[in-house]
Amino acid sequence: MKNKKNSIKRNKKRGTYLDYAATTPIDAIVLKKMMPYLKNEYGNPSSLHLFGQKTRAAIEDAREKVARFLNCLPSEIIFTGSATESDNLAIRGLIKSLQRTKRTGEKIHIITTTIEHKAVLETCADLEKRGVKITYLPVGPDGIINLDDLKSEITPETDLVSIMYANNEVGSVQPIEKIGGIITEENKHKEHKIYFHTDAVQAANWLNCDVKELGVDLLTLSGHKIYGPKGIGVLYLKDKTPILPIITGGSHEWGLRPGTENVANIVGMGEAIGKIQSTKREIQNKIEKLRNKLIKNVLKINGARLNGTNEKEKRIVNIVNFSFMGVEGESLVISLSEEGIGVSTGSACTSHNLMPSHVIMAMGSSELMAHSSLRISLGKYTTDREIDYFLRVLPKIINKLRKISGR
Amino acid sequence: MYSKKVMEHFTKPKYFGKINNPDIVGRAGNPRCGDLLTLYLKIDKKTGEITGIKFETLGCAAAIAASDMICELAKGKTMEQALNITFQDVSSELGTLPPLKIHCAQLVTEALRDAINKFNSK
Repeated sequence: MKNKKNSIKRNKKRGTYLDYAATTPIDAIVLKKMMPYLKNEYGNPSSLHLFGQKTRAAIEDAREKVARFLNCLPSEIIFTGSATESDNLAIRGLIKSLQRTKRTGEKIHIITTTIEHKAVLETCADLEKRGVKITYLPVGPDGIINLDDLKSEITPETDLVSIMYANNEVGSVQPIEKIGGIITEENKHKEHKIYFHTDAVQAANWLNCDVKELGVDLLTLSGHKIYGPKGIGVLYLKDKTPILPIITGGSHEWGLRPGTENVANIVGMGEAIGKIQSTKREIQNKIEKLRNKLIKNVLKINGARLNGTNEKEKRIVNIVNFSFMGVEGESLVISLSEEGIGVSTGSACTSHNLMPSHVIMAMGSSELMAHSSLRISLGKYTTDREIDYFLRVLPKIINKLRKISGR
Repeated sequence: MYSKKVMEHFTKPKYFGKINNPDIVGRAGNPRCGDLLTLYLKIDKKTGEITGIKFETLGCAAAIAASDMICELAKGKTMEQALNITFQDVSSELGTLPPLKIHCAQLVTEALRDAINKFNSK
């Protein structure tokens, strides 16, 4: 009993972080590799002198590491300030260049899904206001699109397909390789090419990101979801993909992303991505066990529902999403936070919005159940003890909130 | 994100629950915004005083705190006085709510007025 009390105290004090899909802690080795570029190695990489040469070399070394991870050329890697920026550059930059080649009367057409991250969804919504035609593919209760829907929405006008790899709220995985195959097939007899972009931010830790096997032209990555720093994104841009910069300035990153390079963050990105392959399987196995324990026990709570699928091939291992009848998500998150636990409702990016999760709604949920959704996301530092603590605290809080709601 | 006062009323609400045989019940909210609120009131029929009040709220922390606050503000007042409680009163008593959550304060005054109007039209 005393031990239990002590462990509760410990967990409350140190905090139980179960929000790895929002952001990951930075890996100690990654931070160490970054430090020289925040201190002594301050040269501008564009400078011709020895100070600049050093930081230039560090950037190109990181670029090679990212290229190796994606199985592409270093010249196909662009460093940006965030995954949101990468998504914007991919979509807006491509559309901008296509608009110049389109004949009058021809519309730009983008196909995407209803469950994309806001970075893609809001970018498409903005372009829609400017006359671009956008098709939003629905998803099933498993959070996955139907490939026949995609095939039937492709028209001679279609220019871009942007579909996320793994969803950030429920972890569902889209069949990117199959989609790549469909688009390659379509492109054989199309008058103009369809480009394929995927936001692979949540997938990078777990899934195959070989761009040749996936058949993508553009792919987005983030640093702070893979134990790297915040403020760094990557855009893979297949050679010869027509794209224009969306901000203007110097010739950095082949003129596509002007602005002095964030050397330390780029170095951190290279380190973080280099570590994924070697530790992937081990981490995955560990998390799979914790996940199974979590799901088994949470579903014992009355009125608890798992959002999305638990089929291994259809989801990434670290994101689990539940709804609890008679409880609202935000009050649940705040109550858990009072006990030292960090989880989230939908995504951190939508938590300041009153609408129910667009992802859970797209999967066919009622508004009330969507409002009650809770995302728990695990990572390489998650321990068995943290899951135990969470499982001990959660039912008590749900009980209390149900007493308040009378439901 | 929330003030100390909001957190107090959210984590330790005093007025949650049902009143058996209430004289009147007021409701507000909708599933779309995710907040559903019920107020149970006991009324002294001679004086019109609100002698008992409790809430049941499905909603965010601000909605729960605002529900508790409206009960605190309305208890002991006559119905006439209670009709004058505004959402600004609720919000300022809670030490101001985040701008996105002001609607929670509006929701609870709505529920109270719903109850009182129902009582008066009985």
